[in-house]
Amino acid sequence: MADKHTHEHQQGHGIGGFFRKLFGGGQHDHGHEHDHKHEAHGHAHHAAAAHDHGHAHEAHGHEHHDHGHGHGDHGHDHPHPHPHTAREFQPDEKVHGYYQLLGLALKELLIEKQVFTAEEIRKAIADRDAVTPAMGARVVARAWVDPAFKARLLRDAHAACNEVGVDAGPTNLIAVENTDTVHNVVVCTLCSCYPRTILGLPPSWYKSREYRARIVREPRAVLKEFGTTIPEYMEVRVHDSTADMRYLVVPARPAGTEGMSEEALAALVNRDSMIGVALADSPAKH
Amino acid sequence: MSDGSFQPGQRVRVRESYPPGHIRTPFYIRGKVGHVTRALGEFKNPERLGVGLDGTPKKTLYEVRFKQADVWPNYNGPVHDTVDIDIYQHWLEKA
Repeated sequence: MADKHTHEHQQGHGIGGFFRKLFGGGQHDHGHEHDHKHEAHGHAHHAAAAHDHGHAHEAHGHEHHDHGHGHGDHGHDHPHPHPHTAREFQPDEKVHGYYQLLGLALKELLIEKQVFTAEEIRKAIADRDAVTPAMGARVVARAWVDPAFKARLLRDAHAACNEVGVDAGPTNLIAVENTDTVHNVVVCTLCSCYPRTILGLPPSWYKSREYRARIVREPRAVLKEFGTTIPEYMEVRVHDSTADMRYLVVPARPAGTEGMSEEALAALVNRDSMIGVALADSPAKH
Repeated sequence: MSDGSFQPGQRVRVRESYPPGHIRTPFYIRGKVGHVTRALGEFKNPERLGVGLDGTPKKTLYEVRFKQADVWPNYNGPVHDTVDIDIYQHWLEKA
């Protein structure tokens, strides 16, 4: 243990450490070893403690939000007669895979070569995190109250977003409208393409193989699992965003929203309704 | 059309071909017949970008609509359900 500890610290700094991990013999440990004194407090505490150690998590920082930190699911509330050995350890995250390590190594190299700074990376991640579905909701609410805007949105979504102060950035955006006869739902079966510049980061289920495989194969069954039942007389239209375009669903305006302000309407436009797995919220719920 | 381009409404078949590489045409749609709903513009060819080239010449991208009943055997839903897929011109042929 003492040897390991020293070893880790020698390797843990600078590029050399990651390159050795990558190419030099599968050293999987990533610095949890010195946490052992926490373990007597139980799994949940340990999981939290492990998080705080921040062993270069920043490089995949924005993916963190998708992990669903369900530490409570470990069942740590059970009576505790069985002894936890000092070495018992249940990592709450997978160890870094090959490409994560490659990414970390590349990041460290680029910082060391002064291509960019760690601060700039942090800022770029923060900027990505700052994009929320509220931006898309603003676009949808405007489309609900202004038919001419809706027509422009369906024709040229990028330009229309600019009108309401939403910058879709480099995204080639297409808005598709849910009507009385068509319900749209979006997927990327090949990877996880998503209109990130106006909706933020995709939910983890959107990237799951199960959603990606099943929403094209049995969309109505999957929608039902999201609590969304589309009548048989309507067309379910799946958009597989396989290439350069990204899709935003404009959900149907809920009944009972006549006369509501644009701002109040925007609050009804939930993220999932803009992916197409849900409808916009009913005003009764708000 | 002699230049290989397609018009909205035109029936097209996705080439049934399985070359290696970075292909943005999903397996499940190869060999299937649908119709072009719109041309989406010209984009760098991902198959060339994917191997470190500059992506030229650019390829026209089409939105192609398929009936789910034509895509999946025993599709469990009404005949009017559809799937729209963005497909580059060189993956399409007249049907």
